[in-house]
Amino acid sequence: MSEEAVKLDRKDFVSDQDVRWCPGCGDYSILAQVQKVLPELGIARENFAFISGIGCSSRFPYYMNTYGFHTIHGRAPALASGVKIANPNLQVWVITGDGDGLSIGGNHLIHALRRNMDLKILLFNNEIYGLTKGQYSPTSEMGKKTKSTPMGSVDYPIQPVPLALASEATFVARTVDTNPKHLAEMLRRAADHKGSAIIEIYQNCVIFNDGAFKDVTDRSVRDDMSLILEDGKPMIFGKDSDKGIRIRGTKLEVVQLGDGVSESDLLVHNESDPDPALSMLLSRMHAPEYPVPLGVIRAIRRPAYHEMLLDQEEEAVQKKGVGEIRDLLMDSETWTVQ
Amino acid sequence: MQLTGTQFTNTTAVFGNDFATLPDYPAEIRAPAGTLAGVSSFQVNFGDERIYTPGDQPDVLVAMNPAALKVHLHDLRDNGVLIVNEDAFTEGNLSKAGFKSNPLEDGSIKGYQLFSIPITKMTLEALKDSPLKNKDRERCKNFYALGVLLWLYHRPLTVTTEWIETKFKKKPDLVEANITALKTGYHFGETTEMFQVSYEIAPTKRKPGTYRNITGNEALARGLAAASKITGRPLFLGSYPITPASDILHELSTFKNFRVHTFQAEDEIAGACSAIGASFAGALAVTTTSGPGIALKGEALGLAVMTELPLVIINVQRGGPSTGLPTKTEQSDLNQALYGRHGESPMCVLAARSPGDCFYMGIEAFRIATKYMCPVLLLTDGYLANGAEPWRIPEASEIPKFEVKMAQPELAEGGFLPYKRDPNTLARPWAIPGTPALEHRIGGLEKAADTGNVSYDPANHEAMVRTRQAKVEKIVQEIPPLEITGEKSGKLLVVGWGGTYGSIQAGVRRAQQKGLSVSSVHIQHLNPLPPDLGEIMGRFEKILVPELNLGQLRNLLRATYLVDAQGLNKIKGLPFRAVEILEKIEEMLG
Ligand SMILES: Cc1ncc(C[n+]2csc(CCOP(=O)(O)OP(=O)(O)O)c2C)c(N)n1
Ligand code: SF4
Repeated sequence: MSEEAVKLDRKDFVSDQDVRWCPGCGDYSILAQVQKVLPELGIARENFAFISGIGCSSRFPYYMNTYGFHTIHGRAPALASGVKIANPNLQVWVITGDGDGLSIGGNHLIHALRRNMDLKILLFNNEIYGLTKGQYSPTSEMGKKTKSTPMGSVDYPIQPVPLALASEATFVARTVDTNPKHLAEMLRRAADHKGSAIIEIYQNCVIFNDGAFKDVTDRSVRDDMSLILEDGKPMIFGKDSDKGIRIRGTKLEVVQLGDGVSESDLLVHNESDPDPALSMLLSRMHAPEYPVPLGVIRAIRRPAYHEMLLDQEEEAVQKKGVGEIRDLLMDSETWTVQ
Repeated sequence: MQLTGTQFTNTTAVFGNDFATLPDYPAEIRAPAGTLAGVSSFQVNFGDERIYTPGDQPDVLVAMNPAALKVHLHDLRDNGVLIVNEDAFTEGNLSKAGFKSNPLEDGSIKGYQLFSIPITKMTLEALKDSPLKNKDRERCKNFYALGVLLWLYHRPLTVTTEWIETKFKKKPDLVEANITALKTGYHFGETTEMFQVSYEIAPTKRKPGTYRNITGNEALARGLAAASKITGRPLFLGSYPITPASDILHELSTFKNFRVHTFQAEDEIAGACSAIGASFAGALAVTTTSGPGIALKGEALGLAVMTELPLVIINVQRGGPSTGLPTKTEQSDLNQALYGRHGESPMCVLAARSPGDCFYMGIEAFRIATKYMCPVLLLTDGYLANGAEPWRIPEASEIPKFEVKMAQPELAEGGFLPYKRDPNTLARPWAIPGTPALEHRIGGLEKAADTGNVSYDPANHEAMVRTRQAKVEKIVQEIPPLEITGEKSGKLLVVGWGGTYGSIQAGVRRAQQKGLSVSSVHIQHLNPLPPDLGEIMGRFEKILVPELNLGQLRNLLRATYLVDAQGLNKIKGLPFRAVEILEKIEEMLG
């Protein structure tokens, strides 16, 4: 199908099912941006597949008028890998939560990423188990009081972005549900990426973890507490664009522009740096010591799993010809009985 | 030892004998040599008539060390030929095997024809000019032993020499040394007067055609790939290595020019899930494993039942529970196959009966899965998987044909209904991503009839549970009448399933030759059961169900047909001997 022929708008991607998330849930904003961005991509609607696990967020595919599969808890990356390998023409999106993707499904997530499986993985991080009514999750902060941790949790949280980098993901980004423009931009970038793409989306759960990200996303603090990364640009942030990030030895530091510090002293973001060291440092910047980096943290090009697999198959066909049933049966010593 | 056994088998095959093999090896990759646990053996039975089993009691036993002698001497028939490598009967090896004195010298081996040969010494002597290191020269002793055996059975050396030449193409020194060892062994047999007898077995009379030697795993991989060629749909395998199933993954990985996609997943769960994803996307999808892997796949199989996607699941059964006997055979996963999932989760279950049958069952599993849009679980076992038999290669016209229909955009007229069923099969349409106008969502939540929309309605849930059950029951229309070995009615009917076919056939035929009123049927469709099974059982006074488990099929038959089925149950990690079946028949009819 030629790309020009595809003229779609938001409504084409809205399914006939009633959306059942709690009013005010951050999931709505993510759904709206996905429905806004997909028609811009020039891809026929039938070539999208949305694969999710289990959780509030994982209801997502029901609301998209595309092919969709609401699977089982934690396994969406594995299932989506099969979809992509079996039909490489599809653009495959994975919807997962912090419990789904990092707890029960942590193993599948790291392997899909390391294989550079061409999936666009949206990790809705609300730092809580929503669907099961509010237990702490692997991204909840230490000491989190929930129904299952009445005296506070005693395990250290895991962070999606450093995990994704360590898993050799070729595209890693972070954004927030409350910044639709930025969110849409990240979705576009992930859609264009060939290989494993993961976006951590800070998503507010109004019911069980309201305000989990307000230190970063609240209107009053967001300019000072987040750092919008732009490729090739110095790392500047703050309401008055007067602060920046500099590197000293192996440590990043926040500096005030002015007092003897100029833009040229600041780190310049290079999302395609082959060396992941700096992205790793960035990925570990937390509030309140640092602003939280939002944007594309790393984006590099490597052959994707299905490309290499299909190349091998092509090579085998070139060498041996297309296999026929006869070849399957006669590939050993034989003898004839008259 | 496995290699030597395989070579002997290949020679036997090319010579035109029927045969059956039983490779038996330790779970440890390099189990300590010389210990009882480290004994690796290979049993082959061949002859000029139809062979059903690897044989009950070998006529000839070759023991390369004291441990092998200790483990296997009791298998040898009375007055059988016992060939031992006397050089391996050192003090160290004797004590590792738990012998207090040397059985070759203390007169304890009675009732066998003992041929004690200095195999190591003679091999080293023959290779004294070889540039190989001493250790590598010594390894050639297995080929020496093979040479002796090939002489004993009047077999040509060429099959093995050609094999050695290709196998070690890049190492001419090894080619030379192994061939020299082989020939020296052969000449030893010819020139010594040690053996009074040597055996000559004429080629077996078989149906005309082209034959090859095939194991169950090889046959199954080929059946799955053939299904892909028959239907024109790509084959996808999602799998995680596990003995004794890994060879299916290995085999299919060499079929890249058939555009077979093999995906070695991070675990069995991902193996099953990736296959479900591939099926959703329109591939013929299969996931292969053994019992413990099926346990992990359980939740995903529930999803396949719920979403009504075609999927083939293969369980190459081994001794369980847990890691159990990873390299040994058993039939103890029948209950798991039938019931091992949460919820009302009916699944079509098939079982292959011989190595060559695995080819046809691979095709059959996909035929049913795609026709009825449902998962199909195919049981084989370690014995079928690794055991080999001569197999008549089917002509193109003998390979089953079937078509797979994908939903077309026209189905969208008036609104696409992803759960609208074919009245004959209750199958829903297979509408794959990439098809315009058929966009739809499926998932693990209960769904309404026709639309497939999520529904928690109580009456709808019951209707859907019953529909999924009814669909599996419909598969009964695919099952051909059972073949009865023997009379159509009588005193005793032996009912078997899966890999015990050969042993049961051999045992029942021997009983019939003795004039006993016994017949047998062998079940390959375990859910649903063959439609004529109940009626056939009704024509016999007694029912015997031999199984390599504690009676899983027996219980099913009792529950389903209210018959007083008796069991013959063996859980030793080994197949039945024909004589065990025979003795049980005699006991029940005596
Ligand atoms: C095998 C299995 N175990 C447990 C559950 C219960 N369960 C459903 S969703 C969920 C956690 C979801 O949390 P998260 O991924 O953060 O998604 P959210 O609901 O917050 O969007 C759990 C534990 C399940 N459905 N399946
Ligand atoms: S429980 Fe939380 S995450 Fe789930 S729908 Fe409600 S607000 Fe959203």
